[in-house]
Amino acid sequence: MSHLALRQVTKQFGSVKVLHGVDLDVRDGEFVVFVGPSGCGKSTLLRIIAGLEDASSGEIHLDDRQVNDVSAADRGLAMVFQSYALYPHMSVRQNLAFGLENSRMPKTEIEARVMEAARMLLIEPLLNRKPGQLSGGQRQRVAIGRAIVRRPGIFLLDEPLSNLDAELRVVMRAELAALHKRLAATMIYVTHDQTEAMTLADRIVVLRDGRVEQVGTPLELYNKPANRFVAGFIGSPRMNFIDASIARTERGSGLDIGGKHHAAWGLDLPHGSPVTLGVRPHEVDITEVEAGAMALEITLVEQLGAETVLHAKTTLGGAFTLTSPGQGRFLVGDRIGVALPPDLHIFDSEGQAVSRR
Amino acid sequence: MSAVSTFLLRRRGGKGWHWTDVLAYVWLGLGLFLMFGPILWLALSSFKTPANLSEFPPTFLPLDTRMAAVSGYEKPLPLYRVKQDDGSERVLAQVRRVGLTAQLVDPADPQTIIRVPIDKRIPEREVRLATGNYTEPLQQFNFLRYFQNSIFVTVMATIITLIVNSMAAFALSKYEFKGRTAVLGIILATLMVPLSVIVVPLYLVVNELQLFDTLWGVILPTVATPTGVFLLRQYMLTIPDELIDAARMDKASEWQIYWRIVLPLAAPALAVLAIFSIMWRWNDFLWPLIVLSRKEQYTLQVGLNAFSGELNVQWHYVLAMTVISILPVAAIFLFLQRYITSGIANTGLK
Repeated sequence: MSHLALRQVTKQFGSVKVLHGVDLDVRDGEFVVFVGPSGCGKSTLLRIIAGLEDASSGEIHLDDRQVNDVSAADRGLAMVFQSYALYPHMSVRQNLAFGLENSRMPKTEIEARVMEAARMLLIEPLLNRKPGQLSGGQRQRVAIGRAIVRRPGIFLLDEPLSNLDAELRVVMRAELAALHKRLAATMIYVTHDQTEAMTLADRIVVLRDGRVEQVGTPLELYNKPANRFVAGFIGSPRMNFIDASIARTERGSGLDIGGKHHAAWGLDLPHGSPVTLGVRPHEVDITEVEAGAMALEITLVEQLGAETVLHAKTTLGGAFTLTSPGQGRFLVGDRIGVALPPDLHIFDSEGQAVSRR
Repeated sequence: MSAVSTFLLRRRGGKGWHWTDVLAYVWLGLGLFLMFGPILWLALSSFKTPANLSEFPPTFLPLDTRMAAVSGYEKPLPLYRVKQDDGSERVLAQVRRVGLTAQLVDPADPQTIIRVPIDKRIPEREVRLATGNYTEPLQQFNFLRYFQNSIFVTVMATIITLIVNSMAAFALSKYEFKGRTAVLGIILATLMVPLSVIVVPLYLVVNELQLFDTLWGVILPTVATPTGVFLLRQYMLTIPDELIDAARMDKASEWQIYWRIVLPLAAPALAVLAIFSIMWRWNDFLWPLIVLSRKEQYTLQVGLNAFSGELNVQWHYVLAMTVISILPVAAIFLFLQRYITSGIANTGLK
């Protein structure tokens, strides 16, 4: 177990800057997930932590020791790669033992650790096979086993589940969570899948274009997204965004949504300033067309059994998604109204969340 | 036997012989004749006596005059078929030849000498392998020594070639450094420089290094081949970088990455280069001829050259020793060729 601190870490490839001063603290035993769209720098950040890339500037501290100039081998971390990167010419046993042999561990100790990891991951019968003879899920386990036997300070996992099929991904996700609990290890996990991030993480780090957008527990991010990007990235189906403006009347502050007035309190912005409203698909209630804050026309109905996902367009032309519990009878072309929840997410013209008094 | 016949009578399926089956066999037969014919011709000719070799038209099988022991004569005498005046034929042993007349005896009656004009007798011949073609050079001309020298040169040069070239290829394919493409360009440029251009400077270098007339003088100048570096580099580019990153995370030193990860994964390419190197070094003639001067240091190819004098070429020895010199290369090709096509590098990924 180790803790990690990043201070103003930047990375530049030639003239392209991929990380713009990342600050982050990862505590002992914490499961931190880096999430963001592709190209946001999350894998690069992980490789910098691993020591496989050098940071262009900034400091990396591992257990209160600055490790910028310490090689990957000597940082005592282990990494699980997206492609698994198993050594194809070695058996599973040799794959697991390779890292231990390199640190000149006695043979009996190596054997004990390999067997322990194999038992934990249920890959004992596969020890003498070559990676080429394993299925995707089995390779995944071996790749994780290779990290476990090292007993690293921090596990680094680079999109480890992205090569598995959907069903196996759910299973492995649960196993990873169980493994984290069992090993009580510090883990840093990179993914572009917000569901993985939400289910696994103690804390999520949302990255965009080389900048940290928000750090927090999954529910913090879900309930109080710091900006429009985080709000749109976390949660499935995606949050809806509606253009509106502040309307101050004699009765107090409110919102002007497509000409309709919507009460909202505690807003400090001047009259007329444009804002974006964020509404999660399941937070709205379906009403009669006239009674709702907005009128919608359904364009697609997805029946999932337990709930119904409706894709619709607003009278202003924007897209809107909402869910309705149960198996509602909706048809494409139906017109419905929606009532907005009292605690809307409101973002200013810069995309930052507007705090309420 | 049935396995052999099914193998030889394979068809493309269906009933009876399709015309494409016939075409395939004709085509393959032609190929076999073109490829294997000269080798077979060489092998058979290597067992012929010098007289048999110089015959025209040439015989296919190695033939030699039959000999018979005749009482009263120390050595066995050659047998001839003689056509007599009455038209009948007799087999007689020739004692000696004087001018246009041959003196023969009947082996059953060795006392009576029969004189026959030489055009009336035909040598009685049988298939006989002139194994002396093989044993004599090995004993008299120290060919075994040449053989050993050739093996030493080939094995050492190939081992060093594989190590040096794979190290260069590893650096050029897996490390980022300034001037990498320039270095590769320079290495490839030397591909275009033929040996004959650099023979003199190379000779001077070898001489200065006190390597003249030693086997190391033959080995060392040839070990760094641009072809090998290029071939291995191209193959190593296909080894995923993530494997090397994984090894780095596994505390492997750069040397261990090279030795335990990259080299085993580059095995197919190494096998190809090994085959090339063995063929080049084994068949190398010009450079060993220049560097080696003492007979004890000769390699096979230089030794073979010693049989061709200015006026007289001892073809029977040349042919026999050629057969010996191609055997190891053929054997090695047989064993290593399966590695050429098998690629194992990508099986552990995805």
